[in-house]
Amino acid sequence: MKRLMLTNEAVARGAYEAGVKVVSSYPGTPSTEITEFISKYDDIYSEWAPNEKVACEVAVGASIAGVRSMCCMKHVGVNVAADPLFTAAYTGVGRGMVLVVADDPAMHSSQNEQDSRFYARSAHVPMLEPSDSQEAKDFVKRAYEISEEYDTPVMLRLTTRIAHSQSVVELKDREEVEDKHFEKNIQKYVMMPQFARKRHVYVEERENKLAKDANTIDLNRVEMRSTKLGIVCAGAVYQYVKEATDASIFKLGLVYPIPLDAIKEFASKVDELMVVEELEPFFENQLKANGIKCSGKALFGKQGEYSTAYIRNKLYGDEIITSQVNVPMRPPVMCAGCPHRGVFYILKKLGIVVSGDIGCYTLGAQAPLSALDACVCMGASIGMAHGFDKAKSIHARKLVAVIGDSTFVHSGITNVINAVYNQGTSTTIILDNSITGMTGHQQNPATGKTLKGEPTNKLDLEALLKAIGVNNVVVVDAYDLKEVERVIKEETAREEVSVIIARRPCVLLTKKYPPAFSINDNCKNCKACLKIGCPAIENIGGKIRINKELCVACGVCKQLCKFSAIEEGSKNA
Amino acid sequence: MLNVLIVGVGGQGTLLASRVLGAIADISGNDCKLSEVHGMSQRGGSVVTHVRIGNEIGAPLVTEGEVDYILAFEKLEALRWAYYLKKDGIILVNNQEIMPMPVITGMAEYPDSIFSKLAELGKKTVVVEGLELACTAGNSKAVNVVMIGALCALIGIEFNVALEAVRKCVPQKLLAVNEKALELGYNVK
Ligand SMILES: Cc1ncc(C[n+]2csc(CCOP(=O)(O)OP(=O)(O)O)c2C)c(N)n1
Repeated sequence: MKRLMLTNEAVARGAYEAGVKVVSSYPGTPSTEITEFISKYDDIYSEWAPNEKVACEVAVGASIAGVRSMCCMKHVGVNVAADPLFTAAYTGVGRGMVLVVADDPAMHSSQNEQDSRFYARSAHVPMLEPSDSQEAKDFVKRAYEISEEYDTPVMLRLTTRIAHSQSVVELKDREEVEDKHFEKNIQKYVMMPQFARKRHVYVEERENKLAKDANTIDLNRVEMRSTKLGIVCAGAVYQYVKEATDASIFKLGLVYPIPLDAIKEFASKVDELMVVEELEPFFENQLKANGIKCSGKALFGKQGEYSTAYIRNKLYGDEIITSQVNVPMRPPVMCAGCPHRGVFYILKKLGIVVSGDIGCYTLGAQAPLSALDACVCMGASIGMAHGFDKAKSIHARKLVAVIGDSTFVHSGITNVINAVYNQGTSTTIILDNSITGMTGHQQNPATGKTLKGEPTNKLDLEALLKAIGVNNVVVVDAYDLKEVERVIKEETAREEVSVIIARRPCVLLTKKYPPAFSINDNCKNCKACLKIGCPAIENIGGKIRINKELCVACGVCKQLCKFSAIEEGSKNA
Repeated sequence: MLNVLIVGVGGQGTLLASRVLGAIADISGNDCKLSEVHGMSQRGGSVVTHVRIGNEIGAPLVTEGEVDYILAFEKLEALRWAYYLKKDGIILVNNQEIMPMPVITGMAEYPDSIFSKLAELGKKTVVVEGLELACTAGNSKAVNVVMIGALCALIGIEFNVALEAVRKCVPQKLLAVNEKALELGYNVK
């Protein structure tokens, strides 16, 4: 049977067909849907882990226990999972293990543009990269075979354009893979110096063997067309190159290690060899280091995504059509009724320095709130606030860290422990909207529901904070501006670590709202309500209006109006 | 090869619209590629989905200047993406304005007379009262399916094929509204 499928779904299908039994992941665009689709297969145990390190460790454990396992994450997730990954590369696997990583060239939804192919090289594990949905499914299955044949974890790399594109996939049945009996093997699985030294020898042998076998492996292919130019490429770029040029193509499916001899031979058949790859010159530098003459980044950029037009422009000077009209930007914004909005309004009003974090609330940096002062990576807000506190305690009384519930559990907890242990005085606000919002509503340990939506043990944030030594834990309703303001003033004044939990579920969790608010004749056009940057409040030719299609009646704007000009909607309006 | 761009504001349902087109391709036995937007820009940002129907499709993205039809769920977005349209391409615009944040905060102005601007650019434009028709169908959120209906009629897709595709993509409890929305869109002249 054939079906149009999102590549992320095809990866899930590949895991199903490959007989995978355990999947643990942490959400992150553009990888999230893989695990969501996997959760629909009852034959696979799947879960959201609190972070990528845990997810990777669960997959390593399951593999050693003797079943095929997988963990999925976005590119920056590998930074978190790198610790287990680098040493699991030494232990090797029991049954096959695959780490799926989705890179985000052009940063559609990310804080950096790192190239995860370097992880494969520095961890010495093979990496595969498909260029459409069908290949994604096929490559997942091949990845398990390679993992078991070479006794190594395998990485599968996607980029946003591949992960989030749909093309036709042929479905097959699930292959039942027998569990491998776990046998005690201290020399293989206990990585302490005396054993790890021996395994490192194996890792090098394995890599050399793979590099040799790569020359004939079925994952790479040559497409001979014009011999004037030969292009080495992979993933989405392969599709653009194929469309933009008539050059011969060396398409890499195994992107690490690369088949040097085969590429050398390909180079001998074309007049000129070029490498076209998004982000870093990963292939190019390896080819050059091995004496293969080629060009690449001299012509092509290291930033953003490529496209058919971009490649035609670089190779043939063809013009890229661009827009001739000036239109206002439409950046993403916090939704109407978002519980984060009011908290940021108060923080701005109080002139507080805000050490930010990653989630929907990062949008608090956008005008008109412009309330965020820093944002680096998940969990960093609290550590950075502590650093601020220790560096310049004059700021400490006018400083907070803000962090979402999912992010707090991901990597905020150890930061609070640090602040308490080292007698810091910072204030943290946990923006608890009871869901992992930014990535599209995933459950997490603080929501009390599993990946499959079933009830489970709920992490009690207040009890946790008390247990790690926070004496001041205050819970407020994020919609209650007066109370939010009072609590922030009180807690930031304290010469001791304190945590405020601003609690209110994400508005998108409910679909039914009270009738929309409206503006009455009392409006003096003072525009105070525009300061919260609510997309439902419009300024049409100087006249303020509430957009009924968008307003969810959160009531935050009403608290800002000094003239009682904002009124609740009536049920029968 | 048929190249379609679906543009709008995050939350307007461009994803579902592209999936309906995908299902139409499937039913009519054509190969298809879709490129969707998930994540950050879905939060009220400008979103664009690429749909390619035909045989031996390579890139998931349509090249600028090679789009046959643009389906715009919002007027400003129509103007923003119009340059993707090929010379004799057609742009279908839902007659609705959604203010972007820079306009709300007074940093920018919402352009006036967008339809004449599109005409000046030489773009053939069809205006659809999508929001009004969606409300008639029973839910303002069904603009996306109204617009799909209008496109299907324009490019000569049989109504029953479009209906089957909508049934494949829309959850059961929203089916009645969306079937009506499709019909209303399909009958726009
Ligand atoms: C290491 C890492 N993993 C995953 C992500 C993707 N990501 C961005 S924000 C976020 C979670 C946001 O959830 P939460 O903290 O609850 O805030 P909300 O969006 O709900 O406001 C995730 C998983 C990331 N940026 N970095």
